Amino acid sequence: MTYKRSPGETVFSWFNIGFMLSLCFVTLYPFIYILFASISDPAEMARFRGMLFYPQGFSLDAYKAVLENPMVATGYRNTLFYVTAGTIINLIMTTLGAYALSRRNVYFKNSIMLIIVITMVFNGGLIPSFLLVNNLGMLNTPWALLLPGAISSFNLIIMRTAFQGIPVSLEESARIDGANDWIILSRIIIPLSMPVIAVMILWYAVGHWNSYFHALVYLRDRELFPLQLVLREILISNSTDNMMTGAAAGDRMDIGLTIKYATIVVSTLPILVLYPFLQKYFVHGVLIGALKE
Amino acid sequence: MKGQQAVRLHPDHKLKSVKQSLLMKDIIRDRWLYLILLPGMLYFVVFKYVPMLGLMMAFENYQPHLGFLNSPWAGFKHFERFFTEPQFWTLFRNTILLAIYNLVFFFPLPIILALMLNEVRQKLFKRFAQTLLYLPHFVSWVVAVGIFYILFTTEGGIVNEFIAKLGFEKIPFMLSEDWFRTMIVSQSIWKEAGWGTIIFLAALAGVDLQLYEAARMDGAGRWRQLWHITLPAIRSTIVILFILRLGSFLDTGFEHIFLMLNSMNREVGEVFDTYVYMKGLTQGQYSYSAAVGLFKSLVGLVLVLGANWAAKKFGEEGIY
Repeated sequence: MTYKRSPGETVFSWFNIGFMLSLCFVTLYPFIYILFASISDPAEMARFRGMLFYPQGFSLDAYKAVLENPMVATGYRNTLFYVTAGTIINLIMTTLGAYALSRRNVYFKNSIMLIIVITMVFNGGLIPSFLLVNNLGMLNTPWALLLPGAISSFNLIIMRTAFQGIPVSLEESARIDGANDWIILSRIIIPLSMPVIAVMILWYAVGHWNSYFHALVYLRDRELFPLQLVLREILISNSTDNMMTGAAAGDRMDIGLTIKYATIVVSTLPILVLYPFLQKYFVHGVLIGALKE
Repeated sequence: MKGQQAVRLHPDHKLKSVKQSLLMKDIIRDRWLYLILLPGMLYFVVFKYVPMLGLMMAFENYQPHLGFLNSPWAGFKHFERFFTEPQFWTLFRNTILLAIYNLVFFFPLPIILALMLNEVRQKLFKRFAQTLLYLPHFVSWVVAVGIFYILFTTEGGIVNEFIAKLGFEKIPFMLSEDWFRTMIVSQSIWKEAGWGTIIFLAALAGVDLQLYEAARMDGAGRWRQLWHITLPAIRSTIVILFILRLGSFLDTGFEHIFLMLNSMNREVGEVFDTYVYMKGLTQGQYSYSAAVGLFKSLVGLVLVLGANWAAKKFGEEGIY
């Protein structure tokens, strides 16, 4: 480009980059602090004040305490189950619904779409949903986390839009060869829609991994608690006590804090490690979501 | 379509019965299609529309052993109770203030951030910054609030240590009424502002570069380019997101607020959502809390429709 920058613009460019760098720091530093603090020696860490740029001493005691904690282990296992089973159910239900509503020859298609869009702006709310789950006998069972959110209307509409974009001629030639809708869906539509399906898997899976609201409302049995509810007890309600039986009273406070750091690392690491590889799918997902509007 | 065609072939016969038998025929022919449609329909009926019907319990004295259909009628009793309760105005104020804070302090940030990112000429650095800024979006609220607790606590939290070093008194950020809204909004900003830029960056990427070149020919500097080209280019995106935001104006985010609530800040922190949870699920006042929930949903509905109507009035494309 032959365009020449004025001095003011150069100053702005540098200021802009400096500002971005400080934003990156503010975003990243809390994670770094937690990571370094979690592998620090509990006693040294308790004495330490101020910005942390490297671990204070080294100790993995906190990780040992976290991994030996039965609640964290159970929570982890439960969450893995809810994420896997929940996402599979989400995917099947959403794909089926989106396929049926993307066909032109379905009767009452527009009315059904209206019925679905209405649920996006108005719903029964917490209490009736709770009583419904109760009446269905799903209270305090894993089903309560899997079924009530089986389809997100928003995702259904995104998927339907994607399916509608597949050329009709493909479907027509298959029909001439005698294919029914099930075969068209499984052999033509799904293989051609892998990008949107990848986005759906990620959205639903991250949703299951991170949410605790349904578990808080529907589950009483601690053996069924997902990781986030366990984390809530440890991080917010401060119940690290039962994790350090045997430690001397003075050490308890110290290791209690490092246990919090280690818990955060253990519960967040999988997502943070996977995220850079999946980032482009997430961004892609936001954009196909935006196209609909 | 097939139905209409067939009807045209039999203009003088009993149209209705022809149409009906064709409907049945089509359904039988497309039986796979309707079988595929069925689970989704069942889901929406059972998990979305049954609770909507269940909202009639807001007008009853719901009793679990009698069910929705047989519980005694109560009219508007629960609504009257709610509106006359002194707590109503506290809840109303807390919810509205949080919503306004979010709208004023959170909403513009992704736009500004996207504009600044868009000005970064170093491609690699831009990519790096984006990746980092999106990151907190993927952390759960439990972890995000947990990190804030650790950094802002008065007992050795890094922020308060800094304040103490400067010679000021430590501030109990997480337990204070004065700081509650600031903390909530800052947490939202830390977690979601970066992620919110995606949609604006996409809109910005779609701007025709020739427009900028032409503007420069006419002597426009960066500010004028921003004002006359960039901002108009993302105006409709801003309007649509603003509508969506208004539509969920009262959704203050239960998962987030519930973690921040404690006995010290309940007076400013309790909002409609947490109130419904407390009254309904911890105290078992089903009908009353359903009435509160219904009130909130109705106000929300009016806000979405109103915002959409206003957007169309101003010549923008609405969302419906």
